[in-house]
This record gives sequence, C-alpha cells and structure tokens, in this order.
Amino acid sequence: MSTTTTTPPAARPAPLSQRPPGSGFRRFKNRSATVVLTAAMVLAMIPLVLIIFEVTRRGIGVVNLDFFTQTEPPPRREGGGYAAGFVGTLYIMALAVLMSIPFGIATAVYIVEYGPNRLTSSIRFFTDVMTGIPSIFVGLFVYGLLVIGWGGMGFGTFVGAVAIAVMMLPIVTRSAEEMLRLVPNELRNASYGLGARKWQTIVHTVLPAAAPGLTTGSMLAIARGIGETAPLLLTAFGSGLIVTAMQGAPQGAVPMQLYRGAGQPFEAGIDRAWGAALCLFVLVVLFTIVARWIGSRASVGSR
Amino acid sequence: MSTEAPEAPQAPEAPRRGTLTSGKGRLADPIFKWVVAACGTIVLVILALMVIRTTTEAWPVFAKEGFFGFLIGEEWTAGGSRTEITGTYGAWPFIYGTLITSVIAIAIALPLSIMVAVYLTHLAPRRIAKPLSYTVELLAAVPSVIFGLWGLHWFLPNVMRPFFEWLEGAMGWFFLFEGPVRGVGYLPAGIVLAIMILPIMTAIIREVVAVQPLEQQMAAYALGSTRWEVITKVVLPASFSGIVAAAMLGLGRALGETIAVLMLIGGSQGWGASLFGTGSSMASHIAATFGESSPETRTGLMAIGVALFLVTMIVNILARVIVWRLGQFTGDAAV
Repeated sequence: MSTTTTTPPAARPAPLSQRPPGSGFRRFKNRSATVVLTAAMVLAMIPLVLIIFEVTRRGIGVVNLDFFTQTEPPPRREGGGYAAGFVGTLYIMALAVLMSIPFGIATAVYIVEYGPNRLTSSIRFFTDVMTGIPSIFVGLFVYGLLVIGWGGMGFGTFVGAVAIAVMMLPIVTRSAEEMLRLVPNELRNASYGLGARKWQTIVHTVLPAAAPGLTTGSMLAIARGIGETAPLLLTAFGSGLIVTAMQGAPQGAVPMQLYRGAGQPFEAGIDRAWGAALCLFVLVVLFTIVARWIGSRASVGSR
Repeated sequence: MSTEAPEAPQAPEAPRRGTLTSGKGRLADPIFKWVVAACGTIVLVILALMVIRTTTEAWPVFAKEGFFGFLIGEEWTAGGSRTEITGTYGAWPFIYGTLITSVIAIAIALPLSIMVAVYLTHLAPRRIAKPLSYTVELLAAVPSVIFGLWGLHWFLPNVMRPFFEWLEGAMGWFFLFEGPVRGVGYLPAGIVLAIMILPIMTAIIREVVAVQPLEQQMAAYALGSTRWEVITKVVLPASFSGIVAAAMLGLGRALGETIAVLMLIGGSQGWGASLFGTGSSMASHIAATFGESSPETRTGLMAIGVALFLVTMIVNILARVIVWRLGQFTGDAAV
C-alpha cells in the first residue's frame, strides 16, 4: 500500500489550467507554505543528524576491545570499559526475551485464532493501554511486587528482566497480532482440509507462515528493551562489576552505567558514556533496520 | 461445517464434526486453547497486580496526606522511618514539572509534526518520501538515555544555552522567561522531550492524513484551490480527531518519560514560574531519589508513581478510544 501523494493531476491541455490557480496573494501564500513545510521537514531531521554525528564523533575514539572486556575504573581515570554493563544487558535481555516473546506470541495467537470474543477484545484493549504505561512505573511495580513484596527477592538480574519483559510484552503482542492476521485464511483452510487439528494448524501452518513478521516484531521489541534505563534503576539497581548471579546481587546494564557516567563531572567518565552511547545506538539501529528488512522481505505481510 | 471462509480479520473455524472430536489426541485442542488463553490473560493479571501492588504500597502516604492533599501539597520532606510516615509528602512541585515540560513538548512537537506529516504525504517527491519517513521513525528508536546524554553534553551548551541567554535578554521582563539562565531546567527538558515525541506523533498524523479520501481533494482542486487551501480547508479539518489522538499519545509519552528529563530538568525540589528554572518531574524525581531513599520515602515515591500512572492512563485511554473509533489504520505506529 503506497500511502503517499496527491499531487494535483496534470490536466489535459485546457486554457485555464495553463495558469496556476488563485490570485497573486493566494499563490504567494501557497508558495510560502511550501517553503515553510519543507523547512519544518528539515528542522525535524536536524536532531537525528546531530545526534548521529555527535555520538559517532565522541564515541568512536573510546570504543575498542578494552571497552568490551574491562570493567570501569573510577570516573576520574581513563581507560577501562563497560564489560560489566554489557554482560548485565546481555543477561537481562536474554531472560526478558525468554519471558516476553513466548507469552506475547501466545497472546496474539489467542486473540487472532480464538477471537473475537469479550476476553480477546479486553486483552487487546489493555495491551494497547499497556504500551503507554510509563517505564518508571513499571520499575516501581516490579520493585513493589518482587523486590520488597511477595517475593522479597531483592535487587538483581531476574527482577530487572521481569521489568524489561513487562515493557516488551505489549510491543510483541501487538505486532504478532498484526502479523497473524496477515496470514491468509486459505492456508488455514487447506490445513484443515488435510485433516489437521486446530493446534496443528496453528503450530505447523500459521506460525511458520508468519515467522518473518514475528521476528520483525520481536526484534523491534528487543531494540526497545535494550535502551530501557528507568525500570532497571529500580530493579536491577546497577553494578560496576561483572555479576553472574541470577538473583541476589544488583546487576549492571549499559544504559544505567551510561546514565551514571554522564551525570558525574569527570571528563574520562563522560567520554566512556559517549562510547557506550555509540554502542547502544549502533545496536538499536541495527536491530531496527534488520527487523524492518526481514519484515519487508516476508512473503506474507509485506506492507 | 466450515466450508465458507468468514470475514477476513477472523480466523476460520476448525471443523467440529468427525474424527477430530474423538479418538487419540482429542484433548490436544482444548489444552492448547487453554494454554494460549492463559498466556493472554497474563496481560490482565499484570495490570491488575500493578494497580493493586502499587496502591497498597503507597496507601500509608495517601492515608496521611489525603489523595488531593498529596497532589497539591507543596512540601516534600522525606522521613527516614522504617515503619511509619514521619515526613511531609506533597507532590505538587513534581506534578508541576511534569505538566510544564509536557506542555512545552506538545507546543513544539504538535505543529511541527503536523507540518512534517503534511510534507511527507503531500509535498515530498515520491522517491524521497519513504526514506524520509523511515528516518523520522528511526528517531523513535533512539534510547532516551542517549537523548539525555546528547542533550546535556552537546545540545544544551552549544545550542540551547546561547538561545536561552538571548531569550532572557530580549524577553526577561516576561515572567516565563525570567533569569537567571542556569542551563538545565524546565525549558531544555521540554525541548528535548519535543524531539523525542515528534516521531510517534508524525507517524500517526501521517497515517491519518494519508487516508483522507482523494475525491474531496480532487474536487477542491477542481474548484481552483491552491495546494495550501486543499491542505488547510479539506485535509486537515477532516483529520482533526486523528491529530487530537496523536497529540494525546505524544502527551502520554511526554508525561512518563524519565531519563532524558531527569538529566535535563535540574533535579531541584522547588518549583517556579520561570521556564529557565530548575525542578523535577514526577518520573524524574522517582528515578533521582530512589537509590538513596529510606523505606518510608519509597512509599512516598510509590505514591507519586500511582498519581503518574493515573494521569497517563486517563490520557492514553482517551487517545486509544479516539484511535479505535477512527478505525484500525494505526498499526505499529502507535507502538
């Protein structure tokens, strides 16, 4: 579906259409509006260009092998890196993916294959609503529920992952739902025609047909999850050392470490924060672009 | 049974009669159904738990201050007790910070996103329209902590601060622009928020504008309208409710944004009318003080969280209802 353009049709040569419409002042307004709109477009692009430029310029000198393999020295000192953050982010994201993506896709399967009914429409509505919940509130919730609440688990990797999973869940569900809807009913009917049960149809026909789209949605959710900072401040809490425990010790993550590095006054620490910003940016953009690429190549669900 | 394919959005019914309801494996289907249904209800369970847990956690503060007393109280004195509420908890300075930064953000981002959306749908040459809108959407993917870092260490000293000093010199008599210019404050936080919510608002408005019926626009052109007149008199009025929905979703984002605001708003506990002044938003105050706070203060922070949750829920649900009434065209743009 191309969504663009409604340029006025170039009419067949008729005397009137040789002249542009409108009196002089109206034509002037039209012309200046075009200029203003173009200027707005340029203005909207500027921040992105500036961010890419500045993050690359300041970050490129910092990122080297040490940056990924060493932990951070005190902010005053140069060198060292964000190894603790990278390990923590990887750990938290792995757990969050395991928690959010299966549940998200299962939810979408329920909505699309067993709906619509009262339950599915309320699930849809609340999934939509859930995308708008402030991330800090998710952090507070997981803190109240698991860190001090019923679990009393304390800060750590697992509770951080739960918070990120709660952030990712609605994104996965929404995109998976759309992808499943794009699977043509002919495929389902063909499967039924061969005598498959409903669950067999879903598992062996519908999900494989939607696989590229599901991958796209999941990757976009991961891209969102990697950069989340606020919920982790309240759940994983942060750590400057490499933590391998799943629960029981505060865990670090790149965005948290970047936030703390940017907030202190020493140049060396701020430089490392720029390096981390570059890594994070590249990671997020890579995930986003690859996700879109897979999505646009998908046989079903090209939009 | 199900020889006819039902309406497109609905999956076809599985056959009901015959061998499938008997014999080996006949329980597989119901089990599968209940498993996915259970996964689906997790969303509802999580939301219910959210409301219950945070409200019970925050209850002592609401009980002491009263809900509205908590909202309009101007004094925030954190207590250090483990078991009871000894401090004074009034969230008004933070509510004010949240409101003022969000208003600044919407005031900047709304006109800009309308213009960008109109440009992308009506003016941009076909070849560059798609890459341009992808690029704008890429801006939405940038993590907020990077916006914070860039805003604090590049945009603020190089662009905003000189601009603020000029503004203070020119407009300093006006209460909104009273000095001194400290650098961080409400205005820089609001401006960076505007950059952050621009992509999502543009995406939604673009979709709304793009689906406006072509016939009406052609009719307007046939009557001799210029392109500008078609846009302002035909396209935009018809897109009004979509624009409102976009603004509200953007507002929802702005209200809840934490890290970028935290890095740029200054983090003081007071409040003042000047946009150059420093303060805290609800989200930023939670994130800033959480680490060193006592259990009692965390109860107070939880109460701020509940208030924030209420506001964003109201804004979001209103926006969703508008979007839903418009139809299903806002796909992943709204995510």
